[in-house]
Amino acid sequence: MATQFAEGGAEGSAGRAEADASPLIYRTKLPVRIWHWVNALSIFVMLMSGMMIFNAHPRLYWGVYGANLDHPWLVISHRGTSGFVQIGGFEIATTGFLGYAQGVPYAFPPLVTIPSTYSLADARQWHFAFAWVLLISATLIMAYNILSGHLRRDLALKPEERSLSHLWHDIKEHARLRFPTGEAARHYNPLQKIAYLGVLFVLIPTVILTGCTMSPTLNAAFPWLAELFGGRPSARSIHFLCAFGFALFIAVHLLAVVLAGPFNELRSIITGWYRLPKERSK
Amino acid sequence: MSNEKTSGLILPAERPTSLLTRRNALIGGAGLLLAGCDQINASPSVKSFLSLGEKATHGAQRLVTNRNALAQEFSRSEMSPVFRQNGNQNPNTSEYNALAANKFADWTLVVDGMVAHPLRISLAQMMAAPRRTQITRHDCVEGWSAIGEWSGVPLGLILKRAGMSSNAKYVVFHCADSTGGVPYYESIDMIDAFHPQTILATHMNGELLTVGHGAPLRLRVERQLGYKQAKYVMRVEAVSSLAGIHGGGGGYWEDHRGYQWFAGI
Repeated sequence: MATQFAEGGAEGSAGRAEADASPLIYRTKLPVRIWHWVNALSIFVMLMSGMMIFNAHPRLYWGVYGANLDHPWLVISHRGTSGFVQIGGFEIATTGFLGYAQGVPYAFPPLVTIPSTYSLADARQWHFAFAWVLLISATLIMAYNILSGHLRRDLALKPEERSLSHLWHDIKEHARLRFPTGEAARHYNPLQKIAYLGVLFVLIPTVILTGCTMSPTLNAAFPWLAELFGGRPSARSIHFLCAFGFALFIAVHLLAVVLAGPFNELRSIITGWYRLPKERSK
Repeated sequence: MSNEKTSGLILPAERPTSLLTRRNALIGGAGLLLAGCDQINASPSVKSFLSLGEKATHGAQRLVTNRNALAQEFSRSEMSPVFRQNGNQNPNTSEYNALAANKFADWTLVVDGMVAHPLRISLAQMMAAPRRTQITRHDCVEGWSAIGEWSGVPLGLILKRAGMSSNAKYVVFHCADSTGGVPYYESIDMIDAFHPQTILATHMNGELLTVGHGAPLRLRVERQLGYKQAKYVMRVEAVSSLAGIHGGGGGYWEDHRGYQWFAGI
């Protein structure tokens, strides 16, 4: 997870030519790098197998029950060869992407599902095997983050970063693609911290808990869990929204890597070594 | 859900005849990628790796769930307005139709296998037996849920009455329905067989079971998914092993579609 925004687009090739002059620092420790890749793999498998599972019943509901004759808040389906997405009262034509694509009438097309041809049974096997990878690796990294001080030192927002004006400044800098340089690039910036904390403390725990809520056996053991989320169909909706959150995070995360200099970023998340981007001339 | 076979939302799983359509080179490349992914999915070693997850889930769920922990029960006001049917909705064999025509007066449930006293129980005897009524949520493997009221005879009571052998490990439910000539069946272990909410239901929402919902008798195993809730139960058999019974997987969906035998999630 430890990519750092650096090598701003404005600097371009000139910045890279002088890059040898800026220091190479050891920034991302081994446990974080291992977790990053194990987690990346499990999240991709979970998203892709999850989309196949969704294809079996591409409707989402709020409440304690929800089936075909009840009222869904989201439907991804098709009429003939026309795909559509219904959210509340709105309908959007999505032929070629969702509902009907690649010649098959499924909510999510073969390109993005595991397996690519319809199999709820196989998708479930993938989903529940990698659920263990996700759960175990998330538990270990959480323990590491707390015990090693990574959470307190690197991830938690510093007191001065907690003001709205500071965050607003950071948002404007990101919007202009002016990422931190020099000494400032040694640390995660506030928006980056918020994104990572959101994944670690909101998305991962919520996706795991809502996943457990969908188990009738665990439901007997911990009935309060389904109640916490407002019922199993609600929990299933929240599970789906978390998946959407992961997809959104991945898109922004990858965009940031590309904009910040993919070589340097990839090196730091594979080897731990990162070249501090040269201080920008004011 | 229960049998789930012909559920409206299971779409025909046909393979596209060609991934290389006019949707250009991008899809062409994706096609190659998909072919690679499908090979991974079909690999026996991958399948056995993935089944480790299934075993871990079964073990962990049994570990954290008390044997007799009850599935959530609901109030009448929380019941689904309409409880959809799915799976096979009518066995439609001449034998079954004859039984149905006579309101199942000639129907009997056979209880046999590893039991000291094999039983034949008529519907009238089922109606007279002690019963349990519960409003529970039915969770289909597809993802939908419906809440309904079920009433029937605890399975454990029947197994005790039959003098089930302590060597029996599973209870198999043989059903009147079949799909493409392949009979439906299901099986559960003794933890679920003797669970207080595991009943052979004769009633749903206060009425006798309809044909669509599995008349005259269906299984309710409230801590598992819908496909375990066998409809049209004709025979209950106590066995020590599932090997040799149909495909050996313990159920129609397990044998033919690779669904997990333990449907706890």
